[in-house]
Amino acid sequence: MYDFTSLIDSITTSLNRNFSPFWAGTISMMLLGIVLLLFYAVLGLYLVYAERKICARMQNRMGPNRVGPMGLFQTIADLIKLLLKELIFIRNADNFLFNIAPFIVIVASIMAIGSLPFAKGLQAVDLNIGVLYILAISSMGVIGILIAGWASNSKYSVIGAMRSGAQVISYELSVGLALLCIITFAGSMQFSEIISSQKDGWWIFKGHIPAMIAFVIYLIAGTAETNRGPFDLAEAESELTAGFHTEYSGIKFAFFFLAEYMNMFIIAAIATTMFLGGWLPFHLFQWHGFNRIMDFIPPLFWFFGKTAFVIYVMMWFKWTFPRLRIDQLLALEWKYLLPINLMNLVLIAFLTLMQWHF
Amino acid sequence: MALLKTIKEIGNYFYEIYDGVTSLVRGMKVTGSYFVRPRSIVTQQYPENRDTLKMFDNFKGELMLTHDENNQHSCNVCNTCARKCPNGSIEIIYKKVEGADGRSKKILDKYIYHLETCSFCGLCVPACDELALKFDQKFEHAVFDRSTLTKVLNKPGSSSKASKE
Repeated sequence: MYDFTSLIDSITTSLNRNFSPFWAGTISMMLLGIVLLLFYAVLGLYLVYAERKICARMQNRMGPNRVGPMGLFQTIADLIKLLLKELIFIRNADNFLFNIAPFIVIVASIMAIGSLPFAKGLQAVDLNIGVLYILAISSMGVIGILIAGWASNSKYSVIGAMRSGAQVISYELSVGLALLCIITFAGSMQFSEIISSQKDGWWIFKGHIPAMIAFVIYLIAGTAETNRGPFDLAEAESELTAGFHTEYSGIKFAFFFLAEYMNMFIIAAIATTMFLGGWLPFHLFQWHGFNRIMDFIPPLFWFFGKTAFVIYVMMWFKWTFPRLRIDQLLALEWKYLLPINLMNLVLIAFLTLMQWHF
Repeated sequence: MALLKTIKEIGNYFYEIYDGVTSLVRGMKVTGSYFVRPRSIVTQQYPENRDTLKMFDNFKGELMLTHDENNQHSCNVCNTCARKCPNGSIEIIYKKVEGADGRSKKILDKYIYHLETCSFCGLCVPACDELALKFDQKFEHAVFDRSTLTKVLNKPGSSSKASKE
């Protein structure tokens, strides 16, 4: 019903009719880039706002409520403040790496957004190895963090960056294995095919308890991968002032900040796509009337609703649990999540072999 | 025996997972319940709710000398509060008058309170044997002129209850 393929196609054909193939390609790429960048900035700002509101409510506070109605323009004001702030250059820092690090972080997350399926046909690139691509590209961000920590020439930064490196390298495994469970179910790494395999039910319901275990492990490991929540050792403001971005100021700091929130969005969006049916509406088995009503709700709403739910759960984690120590962090991954995940994967492979999932 | 020990260890491993997950869920229940109950918000919207804002009974705003309906306070010029005050914020000016029995007696002239040096430690209030002092709930102390922070606490024309003989 809501299919964006024809819209995208009409834009492409009209571009091709009016311009030479080279210019048509350039213009479509630029349009796509502008749309994605705007989306990135606006969504990042409002995720910061949402986080501040949600954490305030969880701590019996009000949250921002002075700038604009209900404080809606607070983060925009913050952004303007950060844009106007001086960029401080550190005397003994490695200037080239110091300046390039925030861009590596932010480019990694922008590239990951490119392959997310927002609705039918609304996907910048539908790679046939989409899951692998996202896993690969989202782990590029840690290189930016390591470079930032190293180039700052500050002990806090370098400790934060090292912690972040250890954390991301170990939790990458859990994220990958948890996603591998769904890849085993769906038999494909292409996002569009994974979604179409969930037409008759989301994998979290179809895959029985193993899929739920995989979902929980994915949420934990995904939170760790974004350096958030109880796993924010890389920043750990009470120990390391601000961790890897201690020495950054102004808009470069804002890049790190924005990238953290967008990484959270990407993790939540992948969880939505893999476990919660992506942009597919919620269907109950034989209730055709109910299913028809659900079909009328646009897929963008479904996608962002499910993503918002997962983001809310991740914020819930962050504002409830105390921070882990570095040894506890590694013990959680290597002693608990990884063995459980491996057993789970074997179980899921068996379920798929016997065709026991719905 | 070794087998038993291994089984125990494995059981312990799973018990730890169970214990960890349940305690995490318990914590999430607390924050989740705060999230869905807006009434649990404790923040006061101060400039807006200025008319209805009620401070707490034990809030230490500024010092006051309690007066009853006959405009009488119970200070007997013992000077204990002034001596207890770590900042010297209290100055008591008294005058000597001839009592009924012919002996000279101290009577409070001015009870001077320097709000600008007061640290609101509250040592003066329990020091007073006559229970003459109290903290009220005023907290808007910002003024343009520092001299207005020096206050005379006894009201004009008030007399002392403590002059009972």
